[in-house]
Order: sequence, then structure tokens, then C-alpha cells
Amino acid sequence: MTSTLTISHLTKRFAGVEALRDVSLTVEPGQRVALLGHNGAGKSTMMKIILGLIPFDSGAVTVCGAAPGSAAARAQVAYLPENAAFHPALTGEEQIRHYLSLRGERPVQALELLARVGLADAAKRRIGTYSKGMRQRVGLAQALIGKPRLLVLDEPTSGLDPVSRRDFYALLDDLAAGGTAILLSSHALTEVEARTDRILILSGGRLMAEGSLADLRRKAALPVAISVAPAAGQKAALVAALPMARANGDGRLHLDIAQDDKLAVLSRITGLPQVADLEVIPPSLEDIYSHFSRRDGQ
Amino acid sequence: MNRILSTATVEFRIAGRNRWVAIAVALMVVFALVLAAAGAAPTGDIGADRLSVIVASLTSLAVYLVPLIALLISFDAIAGEVERGTLPLLLTYPVSRAQVLAGKLVAHLAILTLAVCAGYGAAAGAAFWMDPASVAGLPALLRLVASSVLLGATFLGAGYALSALARRPSGAAGLAVGLWLGAVVLYDLVLLALIVSDGGGALTTQALPVALLANPADAFRLFNLAAAEASAAAGGMGGAAAAIPLWQSALSIALWPLLALVLAIAAFRKVTP
Repeated sequence: MTSTLTISHLTKRFAGVEALRDVSLTVEPGQRVALLGHNGAGKSTMMKIILGLIPFDSGAVTVCGAAPGSAAARAQVAYLPENAAFHPALTGEEQIRHYLSLRGERPVQALELLARVGLADAAKRRIGTYSKGMRQRVGLAQALIGKPRLLVLDEPTSGLDPVSRRDFYALLDDLAAGGTAILLSSHALTEVEARTDRILILSGGRLMAEGSLADLRRKAALPVAISVAPAAGQKAALVAALPMARANGDGRLHLDIAQDDKLAVLSRITGLPQVADLEVIPPSLEDIYSHFSRRDGQ
Repeated sequence: MNRILSTATVEFRIAGRNRWVAIAVALMVVFALVLAAAGAAPTGDIGADRLSVIVASLTSLAVYLVPLIALLISFDAIAGEVERGTLPLLLTYPVSRAQVLAGKLVAHLAILTLAVCAGYGAAAGAAFWMDPASVAGLPALLRLVASSVLLGATFLGAGYALSALARRPSGAAGLAVGLWLGAVVLYDLVLLALIVSDGGGALTTQALPVALLANPADAFRLFNLAAAEASAAAGGMGGAAAAIPLWQSALSIALWPLLALVLAIAAFRKVTP
């Protein structure tokens, strides 16, 4: 099967400043890909290029086998902008009916689409009365129109509460199962909740890392923290047995060890008679993200 | 075609909810009725039917009011989408920018036609009520309606072009006011000054007809006055109207909407969201 989205050596400059530098990636059908980066890392720029909204300077981009922004590409790509905005004088239903007509679909599906994103009750109210989260849902409803082959979502979960966020990812899972490729951007690794197949980390316009969460963990090779609780009255003996550990005020001993040494150190600790309990704390999602998204000079 | 119609439906609905339809209709009806009442006096002197006299007055009214209403409706068309942040999403849909503009034009032109018909209809109704012989003025009224719609289309297109160039509603509003003042008010004043200083020389006989035809508002006036029986009632323009063949002014008012729309599409294409 051919890739839904192919980008090779993409470079984009704004007034001499490189917003994207030599970025290459592919997204396969049914894949859920998260694009992570700080503000200004180049996420929105890349999305706008994929959608054909802005031109690029060099490289090649193919969307569903066509040029970005061409009629063929636009017919198969759906987009959810960051802070989805609509005309406040229209009702949710009228707005979705219009978007259905623009995609050449039957407008009667509007209520069904709004029900899928939990807006059935508000369908007849004007969008001007909606909350930010509700507008985001209208945005999501329009992105679901006509089974798109590529879904481009710019910070889709930023205005959603945790429950809505979970519903949102459930919708994405359904779409991906039907073969839709999904590219979504986010500020933080914690926000994508590991509900994606692949993670791309952009920083300063460059692709810093790419892979599944497990891949990124491995590549980052951040130290694993181990917290050891000594058996009653054995703390002094344990400190002597583990000279590289530091004692904190909580009465436990803490060690930071490299990934490669993890198993060896663990088997040593579990072999010690002075140990009552131990906890292994893998590097957090935030740790991994900041490891890859460090800006130059930081 | 469905895309254009759906856009037009949505735009019409928005204009209705923003009271633009009511404002445009009320403006035209009030001014037309005032003119119908005020224009009742000179009928006896001219010997024309009352409707023809009213049409001549309405022509002078429409040349100011129709471009104004058209620009008021259209200046926000693209700049408003940019400001609300609705444009990027719209442009990712499988719809061309020309289709988007065509949809807006259909809706806005429908509003303008509604306002023009309501206003002129009210004035005509008053004329028939006062003078049954007004039937003689019906062709002039129909010409006025048709040419008013074309004049409106021209300034709608110009409004879209300015809206795309300005990209901000406040800037677009300023440009629209400037265009209205320039095309409808100052243009004629400048021509008048030139005629006075030239004193009937080559400028008046050669350049003036071209200058009048080049301005859609003046072409509109020429067309309606040349065609009307009662051109004398309109005063100064009557002389110029007699000198320029009807087909030339008709061509000018028919070509301007197309030109304005082409300009609008070209300006819209330059907008990067």
C-alpha cells in the first residue's frame, strides 16, 4: 500500500529564517502520528504546507498521491485548525450542512455528525453561544465528513477536558481502523497519552526524533530512577552496600542508573538482604520530550 | 454549482441575521418614497408622466445609494473571514476561491436586488396611485432596476477586491469609503472642474465622454438618462447623455461587473491564510 503522506527534504523559509529544515517523513494509511514541538517549532507551518495553504521552498510533498492543495488532495484531506472558528450567526447544524455541501456530501448527515461528537442537543443553537470546547467539537465534526484519507489536526485536544479527550481519541481509533491516516500536533507528550502509533518531535524546524514511544524511550537512553526502601534497622548497612545511592529525607535510597545497567543493578539490589522494597521509575514522558526538543544552546 | 448555492444560502442567512437585508431594504424604500413625494412637483412643467420623472430622480439617488449599500455588504467578505480565523479551514475544502466569491456574490446580489426592487417598487406604487398615466414610464423603471443591479454587482466585486487587499475589516472599511467617495463624488467634481477650466475645448468634447464611460457610476447615469424620456428633469447630465450613444453606456455598465469580479478573484488568490 502506498503512503498517504510523503514529505522529503522539506525546507520552508520565512523572510530568511528557516521554519522547517530538511524534514522527511511518511505517514501510512491507518497510522496515528503525533507531531510534537514547542510553540514556533514548525508544527503549524508543516501542517499548512501539507494542506496546501502556504508554499514551500524546497523538497517534495505528496498528499494522497497528489500535490498538496490540489483539488484531488483537498477532496481527501480533512483539517481541524487550532482554535476552530466559525461564523457566530450560524447554528451548528447550518454550519455542518454547509461543510457537507462543500464536500459534495448530503447535508442531511449534519445531525448525525453532530451527535457523534456529542453536540446533538446544541445543533439548533447559534455557534456564537457555544463554549470553546463545543466549537472544537464542531471542528471535529466537520473533519469527520466523508471518510477522509488523511486527517490533519492542529492541537485538537487543547480545549478539551479529560473525558472529552478520551472520547476524542476513541473517535480517532475508529477512523484509523477504517484506514484514515491521522497527523495531530501537540505541545506535550503527556497530551497525546500514548494513543498514537508514532511520535515525531520537531524542534527549531528540524525533526529531532521519530518512532513509537518505546523507540523514543530507548533512543533517549535517559537514566532510570530506582528507589529502595531498607528493611527495619538496616539503613546503615544498605547505604554501605550501595555507595552510589543518595539518601533522601524520606528514609529511602535513590539511584539514577543508565538503561543498559538497569537489569544488572536491579539483580544486585534484589540480592541484598537489607532491602524491604524497591520501585523502578522510568523516565517520564515529559523527560523524554524535553530531551529531544531541547533548543540549540540549551 | 451546489457549492456556490450552499455558500450563497449561508451568506444570505448570515446577512439576514446581521440585519443587512432589513437595513438595505429600509434604506432604499425610505429614500425612494421621499423622492417620490418630493419629485411630484415638476410634472406639470415637463409634460412627462409621473413615473418617468420619478425614475430620473431615482437615478440620481441610486448612483449614490446602490454603490454605498454594495460596499457596506461586501467590505467584510474576505477580511472578516481572515479576522474570524475561518478562512484557512474554508480553503482546505474542495472548493475554489472563485466559487467562494461567486457564492457570496449571488447572496449579496440577491439582497441588493431585493432592496432595489422594494425601493423602486414603493416609488412606482406611489406614482401609479397619483397618476395612472405612469404606465408609460414602466420601461424606464425596468431599465433602472436592471442597471442598478449591474451597478451593485460592480461595487460588490470592488468591495471583495478591497476586502482581500486589506485583509482586516477596519482597513477594508476605510478603503471602501475611499472608493465610494472617489468614484461617486470626487470623480464628477474633478470632471466638472476640468470642464470649467477647459471652457468647451478639446478636453470637453474628446476626453469627457471617455472619462464618463470609464466610471461605472457615470455610465449608469448616462444610460438611464439617455434612455429616459424625461432626461431634462435630471438637469446637467442630460446634455452629456444625449451626446454619448446608448450602446456605449450600456456596454460600460455590463462590462464593469465582470471586470470587478475578475479583480476580486485575482486579489483573493493573493491572500495566504
